[in-house]
Amino acid sequence: MKHWLIAAAAALLALASAGKPIVVASKNFNESYILGEIVAQLLEREGFAVERKLGLGGTKICYDALTAGEVDVYVEYTGTLAEAILDLDGEPTPVRLAAALAPAGIEMLGTLGFNNTYALGIAGKVAAARGLTKVSDLTAHRDLRLAVSHEFLERADGWPGLRQVYGFDWTPAGIEHALAYQAIADGAIDGTDAYSTDGELDRYDIAVLEDDRGFFPAYFAVPLVRADLAGGAKAAIERLAGTLNDADMRAMNAAALIGEATTAGVARAFIDERQLADGSLGAVDRSRPPDSPVRRLAANTGRHLELVALALAPATLLAVLLALAIFKISWLARAAVYIAGLLQTIPSIALLALFIPLTGIGLLPAVVALFLYALLPILRNAVTALAGIDPTLRRVAVAMGLKPFEELRHVFVPLAMPSIIAGVRTAAVIGIGTATLAAFIGAGGLGDPIVKGLALNDARLILEGAVPAALLAIATELVFEALERYLAPGHLRSQDFG
Amino acid sequence: MVNAVAFHGAGKRFADWVFRSVDLALPAQATSAIVGPSGCGKTTLLQLVNAVHRPDEGRVEVFGEPVPKIAVEAFRRRIGYAVQGAGLFPHLTVAENVSLLARLERWHDAAIRQRRRELFDLVDLSDDLERRYPHQLSGGQQQRVGLCRALMLRPVLLLLDEPFSAIDPIARADIHRQFEELRDHEQVSTVLVTHDIREARRLADYLVIMGRKERGEGSIVQAGATAAVASAPADDFVRRLLESAS
Repeated sequence: MKHWLIAAAAALLALASAGKPIVVASKNFNESYILGEIVAQLLEREGFAVERKLGLGGTKICYDALTAGEVDVYVEYTGTLAEAILDLDGEPTPVRLAAALAPAGIEMLGTLGFNNTYALGIAGKVAAARGLTKVSDLTAHRDLRLAVSHEFLERADGWPGLRQVYGFDWTPAGIEHALAYQAIADGAIDGTDAYSTDGELDRYDIAVLEDDRGFFPAYFAVPLVRADLAGGAKAAIERLAGTLNDADMRAMNAAALIGEATTAGVARAFIDERQLADGSLGAVDRSRPPDSPVRRLAANTGRHLELVALALAPATLLAVLLALAIFKISWLARAAVYIAGLLQTIPSIALLALFIPLTGIGLLPAVVALFLYALLPILRNAVTALAGIDPTLRRVAVAMGLKPFEELRHVFVPLAMPSIIAGVRTAAVIGIGTATLAAFIGAGGLGDPIVKGLALNDARLILEGAVPAALLAIATELVFEALERYLAPGHLRSQDFG
Repeated sequence: MVNAVAFHGAGKRFADWVFRSVDLALPAQATSAIVGPSGCGKTTLLQLVNAVHRPDEGRVEVFGEPVPKIAVEAFRRRIGYAVQGAGLFPHLTVAENVSLLARLERWHDAAIRQRRRELFDLVDLSDDLERRYPHQLSGGQQQRVGLCRALMLRPVLLLLDEPFSAIDPIARADIHRQFEELRDHEQVSTVLVTHDIREARRLADYLVIMGRKERGEGSIVQAGATAAVASAPADDFVRRLLESAS
């Protein structure tokens, strides 16, 4: 009987997971998008339903999402795995990596072939003028204006380790990687950390310095999949093993980044050319048709509003009820505002990332984070306004025989209303701005084109998110202004204590 | 006849005692004035009557009944209350301020309007003020609206805490007269707290003189019919107080 039940449960589970699409993620830079597309399209052509979470975030966000089961597959790099995730010492052999990943329920499939290692790139003219060819040459040129990605600045296999091995005694500035090459082209900086497969290296005439002390570990691209991923899907992804060398990858990166091709187009061409999709399964190409910019804009805006509204409504309710409950007890009110203020000081990206282990990725953690950010302005405005009501009015309200609820309903709430609305307005505008970051954890919204645009160095995409977000913020201001006029008599001037 | 308000050995303390062992009987169908310097505890004494504060010793009765511990809101609605500066709610119009309690008591609109009209006529407030907000009124007008609000539900007792203090002397003479008309028309027992002995002598039938002991504790110096107190002051303090008015 017991065995029968377990078998039935297992069958149900298998059925349920069969209907669920395979979630393919990627990190937020060009190459990762292409690899994500390749994996996604390959699976689709093999007949699997696929959900894309491309450009999901940095290393930690992608890896956490994978272990949390929010993502089924993404392509990682062996060096990153060893240093940034697993903290392995010594040579990260495939066997050692696989053994370290197993407890987390994650399998590492065969390497795709290319080694996208870190490299230091120096503007070609500068390198030629100064005769720079090796990383160790830099010691004599500390006046070079270097700016490296924030991740590189922090990672043991990045600047900190490089500095030790080569004896550098300075620290370069941080810069968003996608912007670094443009900065070099503009002459704003002289050098940056590069990846050896970056398509921009040739285009921008950037000289790669030889790692003459062999510091940078190998960064072979490896698909990471959840161990419970369907065997057929694993087999399909395994077909990618050994199919790409450094030059192939650099060419694809350049095609997507500099040429006219989209990442999806580059991926499709690659699969076709190498005949990786197995026609025998009879599956059709399910890659989504390119959607119109207007429809995409509407969808992103709708999603953006959804995120903000879902966070703002409960935050308003909670903050106002809390304020009403505690405003008469001044130390408690101060403590509540203080705690809400502490929440506000957590950087948005950090707060979003913190929630991934608890809530997974997507809508929920984004809404929770936005909710927490919305609490402070509303709570602070409500508490300050309520506590600031003329004590004579409070005394009269009691003495004339108003019951506690009537007091709130007819005196306190209406008197505090302009400030409460001002608080909600502040929270809404902050929320619209912060919600653009939600795209980093796969929640979508107007941040989606911004994140993609940053990763793909595409200003048009960035504007496609940034301009509507700014317009939305302005529209929100106007709507709340009108609401305030409607809900409060003119002489009760709005006070924003935020 | 039963007293409007009676204190039996009543005392109140916050950090220190504000006053102790107060025995007083304020007559019904009359106006009593509690007069004394600021800080002597006269406002606190008033607030024992409508249960805003509770005595820490002794007890307080209103028309022979002890001040209730439950359903205090219903009790307070039978007692009108007006303060210095009127304390009108700034987000409500004049009409809404005056009608608030009647609306909560579910009076009919017509009854509310009629009662409001009646009160406004007694204090010479014109119709067109009804739709205005308090900040659009003069201090004297606000104070008269405050009195109307206090009397809306036809209370048996009216508590006034320095209601006329912030009004300029010329307007004050008018509002004194209007108050008397209101009071006589409504036949309401009134307790008036004031630091102005002249006002107290003009409006009150019964005088309570409060002073302060050395430790700052308030105490009753003399209480009695206004004429009796005026003709036979209990001590120098009362005599000087009475003389300061003449």
